[in-house]
Amino acid sequence: MSMITSPSPEAVQARAVLLGRSNWGAAEIAFWILAVACYWIFPTKLSLLSEIAILGLVALSVDLVLGYAGIVTLGQGAFFGIGAYAAGLAAKHGMGTSLWSDPLIGLFIGGGVAAFIGFATSFLVLRGSDMTRLMVTLGVALIVDEVVNQMKWLTGGSDGLQGVLPSAVLGIWDFDLFGRVAYVYSLVVLFVLFVIARALVKSPFGLSLQAIKGNQLRTRAIGMPVNARLIAVYTVAAFYAGVAGALAAQTTQFASPDYVAFHRSADAMLMLVFGGAGHLYGGLLGSVIFRTMQDVLGNITPQYWQFWLGVTLVALVLFVRGGILGLLDNLLSAWRRKGGAS
Amino acid sequence: MLTILLDGIAYGMLLFILAVGLCVTLGLMNFINLAHGTFAMAGGYLTITLMQQMGVPFLLCLPAAFIFAAVLGLVLERTLYRHLYDKTHLDQVLFSIGLVFISIAMVDYAYGANQQIVNLPDYLTGRLNFLGASIGVYRVFVILICGLLVISLQLVLTKTRFGSRLRAAVDDGRVARGLGIDVTRIFAVTFAVGSGLAGLGGALGTGIISFDPTFPLKYMIYFLIVISVGGTTTITGPFLAAILLGVADVAGKYYVPAVGGFIIYTIMVVVLIVRPQGLFARAAGK
Repeated sequence: MSMITSPSPEAVQARAVLLGRSNWGAAEIAFWILAVACYWIFPTKLSLLSEIAILGLVALSVDLVLGYAGIVTLGQGAFFGIGAYAAGLAAKHGMGTSLWSDPLIGLFIGGGVAAFIGFATSFLVLRGSDMTRLMVTLGVALIVDEVVNQMKWLTGGSDGLQGVLPSAVLGIWDFDLFGRVAYVYSLVVLFVLFVIARALVKSPFGLSLQAIKGNQLRTRAIGMPVNARLIAVYTVAAFYAGVAGALAAQTTQFASPDYVAFHRSADAMLMLVFGGAGHLYGGLLGSVIFRTMQDVLGNITPQYWQFWLGVTLVALVLFVRGGILGLLDNLLSAWRRKGGAS
Repeated sequence: MLTILLDGIAYGMLLFILAVGLCVTLGLMNFINLAHGTFAMAGGYLTITLMQQMGVPFLLCLPAAFIFAAVLGLVLERTLYRHLYDKTHLDQVLFSIGLVFISIAMVDYAYGANQQIVNLPDYLTGRLNFLGASIGVYRVFVILICGLLVISLQLVLTKTRFGSRLRAAVDDGRVARGLGIDVTRIFAVTFAVGSGLAGLGGALGTGIISFDPTFPLKYMIYFLIVISVGGTTTITGPFLAAILLGVADVAGKYYVPAVGGFIIYTIMVVVLIVRPQGLFARAAGK
């Protein structure tokens, strides 16, 4: 029995498959170049762009939970709001000078508090059907909403949290009126977190999540610690949403109960579904389309926006499976099949 | 004290009438329909329109609201909903939220975002003295109508052939289908009646709750609480849950306005965790 044996051909193949999953494609690189280029293409729309980046981050966090682990959640807005308030309070009491108002530390405070609450509530989503999970996540979000509204001494109640003054990013770049720093800062944070999420879902851990989504019982039967994995991904997603909330509070220098409201959770899920769940890029693409649509249609009248949002949703469910990326996938494979036949 | 209790019961009964259709949808077809409030809103706004603009007497508006919402439900069920029964829960949630958004936008467009208030007829205003407590005549009216509805629903469900077929279909749709029960048709009828009841609830509700276009979203949570606490296998479960919720909500808003909502949501989460099948339901056999 030698200790070192040459790996079997199956093992080599498996290794190649696992590693090949994490290669960057041309479309991916193009996407990020375009995101950077937007800084120069739309110099007057930078605050909208940074909002899109933040929404994209929330949608990304929903994707981790819903698209990969298959937990239907209507409560991601709660973590967004918690992150916003935690970072906002830290920045406010840091008075713009001390370490507390440093934006990067603020991100960790927002993300950390959200992750803690996410971990604590993750035990609630382990059991039950889709309906139960939906209700529990919604219930948690409603409780957070209620708490934020009632704790006026801390959160400012329905007036919102005023006077959030983060200091300059890395002590160099101060937040400006045009949102230049805000956009670059949000985009960099989004990119860093995206790369981490990408590594996470391409890793064996990510594969195990997809297995759990496919069939929890069988995954458990092959010895996977299902509950531990679900708790882990739920906590990570809460961290992401918390960081997004912190970003929102810092770039808008404000936090209000609107940040924890039900529509935050619903919007995040809708963006993800627009783009296509389970692709990572779905949420990012979805947030771009969602927010642009909202901006264009909402400028005509707010009612139109909601009406077309509803119509799009119904049409999406009835006719298009898997959102825009799913549609592209289908078209691409149909095109390839056609190309192969001729 | 007794006033609050009676107000709570009236409110709870109203919630039950509004939500009962949803119990059947969920229990029978395992369909998550978040757009149930839309039918209630349709009934409510129809009543407002008929009364304020055409001067139709209130008592006539009630059956009109029932029929209007039932027809609306039947049409939507046959054209849209039935395509979604075999889709995932996520798709159902998205689809019904989409419907809610459309309905909110349409009502907002037609009526504006203001709260609508209905002028009740004279014989339904004023207060009565009941065992030393003072209670609004309208609330007694609501309790009576809803009480009658609950009893007749229970009778239909337990005594008639349709009721036993419905119960069989809820318990195990596949076996029921195998026995020759036309589950699809039963479901269409039940969906229409459930929507109609929601519309009737909406019409009755015009005197108690104020209507604005966000109604389906605001009350969706209450409906879901009624269902998740009451379970979907019986009528009595959701009924008790609705009464409990109504009393707790009214009492909570009266005694501890600061934490009222907080308590209700916490109870809901705890019930869901401890007894996912509902507080009053027996454990599902499936």
